[in-house]
Amino acid sequence: MKTESPQTSAVESLLSELDLTDLPVGGTNLINAVAVGLKEIWAHKFRSALTMLGIVLGVSSLIAMSAMVKGMEIGQKEALLASGGLRKVRLEAQSVPVQQRHLRDFARGMTLSDATAIEAGVPDAEIVAPEMRLEDNPTLAANGKLFRTYMTLGVYPKQAAVSEHVVQHGRIFNDIDADEARAVCVIGTGIRDELFGRPEETGTEVIPIGKTMTINGQPFTIIGMFQLYEGEQDRKARLAAAAAKAAVLASGKKETTGPQRGRGRGGGSYAFWIKNNTVYMPLNTMWQRFQSSRSNAPAEPRLSTIEIKLHDFDRLNQSLVKIRNIMLVNHRGIEDFSFRTLEDWGEDIDRFVRNARLSGSLIAGISLFVGGIGIMNIMLASISERIREIGIRKAVGAGDLDIFTQILVESTVIALVGGLVGLLASRFVVKAIAWVAPTGNDPVITWTAMGVAFAFAAGVGVLAGLFPAFKAARMNVIQALRYD
Amino acid sequence: MALLELRGVSKLYQLGGEEIRALDDISLELNEGEFVSIIGPSGSGKTTLMHILGFLDSPTRGSVSLEGMEIGKASSRELARIRNRSIGFVFQSFNLLPKLNVVQNVELPMIYAGLGSRVRRERALKALEMVDLGNRLKNRPSQLSGGQQQRVAIARALVNNPRIILADEPTGNLDTHTGELILALFRRLAAEGRTVILVTHNPEIAAVTPRRIEIRNGKIVDHVDARLAGLHRPNPEQVPSAT
Ligand SMILES: Nc1ncnc2c1ncn2[C@@H]1O[C@H](COP(=O)(O)OP(=O)(O)OP(=O)(O)O)[C@@H](O)[C@H]1O
Ligand SMILES: [Mg+2]
Repeated sequence: MKTESPQTSAVESLLSELDLTDLPVGGTNLINAVAVGLKEIWAHKFRSALTMLGIVLGVSSLIAMSAMVKGMEIGQKEALLASGGLRKVRLEAQSVPVQQRHLRDFARGMTLSDATAIEAGVPDAEIVAPEMRLEDNPTLAANGKLFRTYMTLGVYPKQAAVSEHVVQHGRIFNDIDADEARAVCVIGTGIRDELFGRPEETGTEVIPIGKTMTINGQPFTIIGMFQLYEGEQDRKARLAAAAAKAAVLASGKKETTGPQRGRGRGGGSYAFWIKNNTVYMPLNTMWQRFQSSRSNAPAEPRLSTIEIKLHDFDRLNQSLVKIRNIMLVNHRGIEDFSFRTLEDWGEDIDRFVRNARLSGSLIAGISLFVGGIGIMNIMLASISERIREIGIRKAVGAGDLDIFTQILVESTVIALVGGLVGLLASRFVVKAIAWVAPTGNDPVITWTAMGVAFAFAAGVGVLAGLFPAFKAARMNVIQALRYD
Repeated sequence: MALLELRGVSKLYQLGGEEIRALDDISLELNEGEFVSIIGPSGSGKTTLMHILGFLDSPTRGSVSLEGMEIGKASSRELARIRNRSIGFVFQSFNLLPKLNVVQNVELPMIYAGLGSRVRRERALKALEMVDLGNRLKNRPSQLSGGQQQRVAIARALVNNPRIILADEPTGNLDTHTGELILALFRRLAAEGRTVILVTHNPEIAAVTPRRIEIRNGKIVDHVDARLAGLHRPNPEQVPSAT
């Protein structure tokens, strides 16, 4: 029965080579399942795209939400640092509490001796800076303009370190200025802006060192100016505006002054605003020229505040107890002072971040959940379309596990592709939100947020695929083959 | 021990309260290297019997065993492995995947055998060469004639080098010449020690096989084994085993 034809000789070579026994065989390879999954998605592009939408929205909203919270957190922490940070403690003079009213005549207010006592008695106090504020928002005048400011302070030069002030132009006053109670001051750029004009308006930045400014009518010489304090956000916006203006000037066109975005004073920006509107003068000058000359002047300089910078935030509470004890001894038990720390602010930031994350995650989670339902739905539709295919695959040797894996991989691939698109889309979502509802703080997309969102998308894909995959794997071969 | 053994196999279907006996108490033994044809009129239960022989379907009553192992006791994983490695099934309706091209269809059983893509491609090409389809590799099944689809199905059945080849009307769509080539291929496979069982309506083809089983209404009504010196057994019920 040897009918020699090309076919039969091919049979012999095939038969000799088709033997499976000595071939290294593993399970079904995953790469193949992924390839089949991708093909399946590609074959139903529109359907797959619609299915992915839920995941895309979920992932991008999760990232966008976390980016906005992160932005706000960064902005708040910047402001917190600009205000002196967590190591700063403010000891403020206050009126005698009601239950101690009868002792009112013995209260002598906060004095320099308190500062000295704290310096000596609290080893953790790195800097103790007494502060004398000129009350009732004094009037500043120079260059033919008037401005009332809140922060006009008589201080020691070391106060600058406590409040994170940096003198950029000129100098800060020295001991001779203080001893002689000279009429000299250092101003913030906000004061300069109001009295001498903003750099944006004047073209070149005015540095009014040596100029005279009156404070409540008394002439002072400006000897220094602090640097401009601003959040990262405002800095970028200012530089961008300056660049745009330069470009306009360079092109020779007439300048178009659109409506300027108001100086944000809400949230973290307020901290920078008030810092920029500060006037510093020597403590002794304040005492000699504004306090001792008043008719009801106290016998010794009255401080409004003592600012204390601690070495270590972790020992804040112990230090507060110590300071309080010293103050009570000094004040004969009269509590005409109060503490203010930025600890509460720090806690507020943390609490806000936690809450915002939680509610944002909830919304994104719902979106991902809905996306998962969509995937499950489409996978169920897909397997009932492919009953015959599943039957054929099983008939040629696919095990339940192979079919299970294939469906699971397909749903996961949909979710992963959706997740990737979501990662890309999140950039635009974030921009869109920032454009619709501008806040002081630009959203910051973090790698962590992207990783977490993507992992969630993958998880949703796996979960959504489980039931359809199980259903497909359990199909009976013959019933599936006969299905039409 | 017989390679494949059926004992008292019946397959019943319930259709609206009516019971259809697709197979009725069939007992059969098939050995290694046998070339068997199954003939019978349409609806007599040939395909049903093939499905049971190919471990695709299980009988309502009776037992099926492969090398003494009863499939009623096999796990679905073991069954999948048997279908993949031991059985090559050529379906009456081909059952090719319409979304895959010719090569990919032939590669399918090898994917589940866990072969790498290079080996798969090589072997698929060889198997297609064998059925004279080496020139239509990239076509989809829908772009092929019935006979060509049938040959793809045959190539797919052979590609894992199974010990048992079950072909349901494998030459039904082929011209005489191609049909003869395919028959020669099957004969060769049987000569190499594989068990080949084919269903046919064509008495001429059935005449070629050494052993011939005729069924009607789900029962074996005639059983001829040429190797037993032309012994004719009109009543196989009394002698269920041919060898
Ligand atoms: N799933 C099913 N449900 C109900 N009846 C069925 C089912 N499958 C097969 N049958 C019946 O079983 C009998 C045998 O069918 P089978 O397909 O085995 O016949 P066949 O011999 O292969 O016929 P043909 O030569 O036409 O292919 C038929 O009467 C058929 O109607
Ligand atoms: Mg049939």
